[in-house]
Amino acid sequence: VTNGGPTNEDTRRAVAQAFRDEWTRVLASTVRVARDLDLAEECAQEAFAEALISWSRDGVPRSPGAWLTAIAARRVIDSMRRNSTYRRKVHLLIEPEPEASADLTLTMTSDAEWSETDDTMRLVFMCCHPSLSEDAQMALTLRLVCGMATKDVARCFLVSETTMAARLTRAKQKIAVARIPFRVPTTTDMTARLDAVLAVVYLLFTIGHTAPTGATLVRDDVVGEAKRLARLLLGLMPSEREIGGLLALMLVNDARRDSRVDAHGSARRISEQDRSTWDHHAIDEAHELLVTSLQAGRPGRYTLQAAIATLHAEAPTYDDVDWPQIVLLYDQLLLAWPTPVVQLNRAVALSKTLGPAAALEVVVELEADGRLRQYQYLPAVKAYLLEQLGRVADAQEARRRAFDLAANDVERDFLLNHPH
Amino acid sequence: MPEYAIVLYAPIDDLRPSADSAAERAEHERHSQELQDEGRMIAAFALESFQTATSIRAGGISDGPFIESKEVVLGFCIVEATDLDDALALARRNPIIHQGGGVEVRPVEGSVVRPPSSE
Repeated sequence: VTNGGPTNEDTRRAVAQAFRDEWTRVLASTVRVARDLDLAEECAQEAFAEALISWSRDGVPRSPGAWLTAIAARRVIDSMRRNSTYRRKVHLLIEPEPEASADLTLTMTSDAEWSETDDTMRLVFMCCHPSLSEDAQMALTLRLVCGMATKDVARCFLVSETTMAARLTRAKQKIAVARIPFRVPTTTDMTARLDAVLAVVYLLFTIGHTAPTGATLVRDDVVGEAKRLARLLLGLMPSEREIGGLLALMLVNDARRDSRVDAHGSARRISEQDRSTWDHHAIDEAHELLVTSLQAGRPGRYTLQAAIATLHAEAPTYDDVDWPQIVLLYDQLLLAWPTPVVQLNRAVALSKTLGPAAALEVVVELEADGRLRQYQYLPAVKAYLLEQLGRVADAQEARRRAFDLAANDVERDFLLNHPH
Repeated sequence: MPEYAIVLYAPIDDLRPSADSAAERAEHERHSQELQDEGRMIAAFALESFQTATSIRAGGISDGPFIESKEVVLGFCIVEATDLDDALALARRNPIIHQGGGVEVRPVEGSVVRPPSSE
């Protein structure tokens, strides 16, 4: 659109805002009408393009989401009419609408709202179906649920746009051909299926946060999208406590990110970070979420991890961290999520309460177990404990091993420049 | 209704005759009968041991299964299911899963079946 054309700056801003707020709902509703992911995407995008023109002429509608959904649906119907004679497609499996209630006119508004919310959940659960590979789940979630452009999704995964487009196409084909349903899971499946969704959100956050390869430690887009997804899910399923736990975990980890690297882009140890630069507003929000998540029942892995991270974040200095409490939380975490990485982290906490010798015992046991053979933090923790015990030569050897295993320039630099 | 193939796999190590095999086989019979009674199973084929398999490539004929692997196909069945979740729910009940093996679930694109000859 050229300067002086029908689109003014206010409209552009309103459409951009509507895209952030409404994309997921508009697409999810359109999927139900189109029964085809590509067609739905295309028509939802066209609706936003049409908004640029129409809103600058007629003003921004009172309910932008409803306007966009209606336009997208009209585009779908137009396209179906045009193509009905020659288009043979495998249709998405759409759960039938619930039986229309007798007093339809009375409940119209609330039904429409309920259904839209439900469509968003259906879209999320479809994209994170466990029969899709983890990579496909993450890519689909970013592309469809978050509305991220394919080229940006490609950038997050450090692959070319063509490769990402092919990956997305394959995943969409599997959804259609294997008939992965556009449906909210049944109550019996819910726990496992929600775990899969939360795993995708957390993986996205982790990818953005530690950038497994390359020189930049933070890829802001994915981190932002992961947090936005968690907020969206929490709004959809407020009774699922682990969502709050996951959001808290991401908030508190992200609150420290500005201090994780120094002015030269080198990583800093948590004990050396400037706590005044942490985002205390985010830490407070995490705390609030945790109070709710810890209230009833046995806490899950994200809630416990968040509780540990928050105890770190809320201590005024590194020396004030409540280590005995952290060890207790790690004990609980091991029950909820028994993994060798948790055992390793627990060993670090243990070194603060029982001393480095006791912690080293745990680490040596873990090393013998072999599952963390490729994990650079095992030799890094070992080096740290050996140093405290004055075993300088052994420590150096362990640190070299950690350095060899590190994949990220910043982390490698960190291991190299922290010989103590 | 859409059809899905459920392909049964087991590790080669577990295929030696053992005391359990009769009991395990009976379990498969029961499971098969259940799926038939529920009107879900269209066809089922149990194959002879992988050691009886012969493979053909452009280069000629060779002994053994097509893919050299630690797991081999034991057989497969075709079920009717409304969607993948429904098919997975049926497949999850297959006894091979707690007998040390596993299953692969694949949508069926097309099929032709003729009753076997009486000879």
